[in-house]
Amino acid sequence: MTNRHVNAVVIGAGAGGGPVAKELATSGLSVVLFERGRWAKYDDHDDDELISQRTTVLGNAFGPHRDKHWRIFVDQRSGKETIVYPHEGAYNNNAACVGSGTVSYGAMAWRFMPQDFRMKTTYGHVDGSTLEDWPISYDDLDPFYEKAEWEIGVSGADPQNPFVPERKKHLPMPPFEFNREGRMLYEAAKRRGWHPFPIPMLRNSIPYNGRPGCYRMRTCVGFACPVNAKCGTHNTVIPVALASGNCELRINCQVAEIMVNDQGKATGINYFDENGKGQIQTADLVIVSGSATETARLLLNSKSKLFPNGAGNNFDWVGRNLQGHAYTGAVGLFDRDLYDDVGPGACVALSDFNHGNEGIIGGGMMANEFFRLPYLFTNQRPPGSPSWGKAHKDYHRQNYKRTMSVKGPCQEIPNFDARITVDPSVKDFWGIPVGKLMGARHPADRKVCEFIADRCEEWLLETGAYKVWKEIGGGGGLSGGQHQAGTCRMGNDKQTSVTNKFGQLHEIDNVFVADGSLMVTNGGFNPALTIMALGFYVGNQIVKQWNGTHLKS
Amino acid sequence: MLFPACGGSQKSVWRFLSDDEALTIIAIAEQIIPADEDPGATDAGVVNFIDKQLSGFYSNFQESYRKGITALNEFCHKKYNQPFEKLEWNKQTEVLKLMEKNSIEGEYWKENPSSRFFRMLRDHSMQGFYGSPRHGGNKNYVSYKMIRIDYPHVIGQNRYASRCETLNAFAK
Repeated sequence: MTNRHVNAVVIGAGAGGGPVAKELATSGLSVVLFERGRWAKYDDHDDDELISQRTTVLGNAFGPHRDKHWRIFVDQRSGKETIVYPHEGAYNNNAACVGSGTVSYGAMAWRFMPQDFRMKTTYGHVDGSTLEDWPISYDDLDPFYEKAEWEIGVSGADPQNPFVPERKKHLPMPPFEFNREGRMLYEAAKRRGWHPFPIPMLRNSIPYNGRPGCYRMRTCVGFACPVNAKCGTHNTVIPVALASGNCELRINCQVAEIMVNDQGKATGINYFDENGKGQIQTADLVIVSGSATETARLLLNSKSKLFPNGAGNNFDWVGRNLQGHAYTGAVGLFDRDLYDDVGPGACVALSDFNHGNEGIIGGGMMANEFFRLPYLFTNQRPPGSPSWGKAHKDYHRQNYKRTMSVKGPCQEIPNFDARITVDPSVKDFWGIPVGKLMGARHPADRKVCEFIADRCEEWLLETGAYKVWKEIGGGGGLSGGQHQAGTCRMGNDKQTSVTNKFGQLHEIDNVFVADGSLMVTNGGFNPALTIMALGFYVGNQIVKQWNGTHLKS
Repeated sequence: MLFPACGGSQKSVWRFLSDDEALTIIAIAEQIIPADEDPGATDAGVVNFIDKQLSGFYSNFQESYRKGITALNEFCHKKYNQPFEKLEWNKQTEVLKLMEKNSIEGEYWKENPSSRFFRMLRDHSMQGFYGSPRHGGNKNYVSYKMIRIDYPHVIGQNRYASRCETLNAFAK
């Protein structure tokens, strides 16, 4: 039996794919939304630290499964290639379930700053880097940020942040109150003359959108929400898309290839259904939202007569400029209990150091860290501390409630050689060539990290820590992880980017990308809200073009 | 017989480990998280955790465990004429420190760095002690009690009484 032809297939039901599917389906296009994972349920792993999204020592709570998914990781120094599995750090995993990372994320709801969209204009050319401006500005994305904030749901109050343009419309929910460490950090930052404020969160501070308010568990980041107070695409836009009657969700399906005909038009996709059977779904449009690594892998694996190196890849830019975030910060020890179990921990932030730092390219937002759960805490010790034995245990007992950590995602400088490619000699469970990760961060990132770590140290000392140590990120190695971005750069020149400013492949006009892959640079913020905004933005562009009949075949 | 598959020899109570291997693991884990005013690795059942995972998610570590324990005990027999678990506390600590620094003697360790083996034992012991009891360790939430965090989550209980009642119903 063949599948009924549809207007659009959307590949990947995550932060980008959810909004696209919703925009298309509610505008009357017939859509099939593909997801390689399944619906995630809280009860599958509830608050089990060892199988969460942050600590994966016993597996990935939200997929993918190591029996079917693996990648090749190339060590930058030795050139040695290793097969890596989703629970290993080098795999740079993103969750595989309906909603993807938005089911289990910490849910910070950051807008990028206007400067983040024009990094080259702001900082000039950087040697060894492909630093560039976005083809769209903050103002172009602004209405779609607003859409994401209202349709998916954000709590917060940022007129307190003087470094960003004022929102045209306030956020739908009030901010979360600070927990004990949040109050201390807020006061300390004020004393330093900085501008702290409550973190905007994709989490219900009050009942909203038919779901209850958050009850502030410690096991939030890395877990699904037991009361459904966390706002992801799985409990907002995807149900709306399905309710429209125009969208079908197919879970447990692995997409293998975009079919491109000899005229250079996409005709649909090849995929393996939940029983592992090969199937074809034809469509007028293909929208890829598989995350920076998997989107690039799918394009690279889609070889055709006009595109022997993969769909839209005749200029060799697909899979390039892979970025994540160099996390950096400091940890402070206090002489009394700070921990009050008002989760998930992170609640106060400042963005005084995102831009305008002398001699530094970019910077990063700084915030208090989510609560460290008991096993994760076993590796959080001042440098030189014993890693086992009585002294290690004493430290755990004495200091679990007495540490505070502030951290930030530093904006990375993209480079051409940090990339994902495909290796035809290594295939996954279905026989599809796996992704191969290689390259390293740009050396400039280390300087940013050192600078931000110094500020974090300063903040903790002002808060009253008697001992502070820095944890400086940005050292060698590849960066991707959950904040992965950049591999299908949007731009105005088809020789130096993959898509145009609407997320449409320069070379195949009925294939779109809608996820973090589009991002030219990754900002100094958690990228989820920006990916959602891009999903709405691309979806909106498609609907406009569709209604102009340009895309109808 | 009701369960024919369960019949046969009564060899070991463990899923993967032999009784002797289990004794070694118990001794090592207790060194890593010793009992003091609070329970240690033995009380928390860390060896249950390790044994359970070795026949599950950690089955790819089976060989490292089997060969590593053998090599460690060979070293102890050669040097002290006793298996690891029979050594005095301080001697055990010394041997583990040698392993940690890659300075333990033995043919096996030339190809397989003992520091890596030790690190694995250390991490798995910590997981067994500080992870969720459902995986075989952290019996009665001893580590949560030690660091004074409430379980189940007290905040959730306060605001959502129905959930609290459900949990209590299961606990009984």
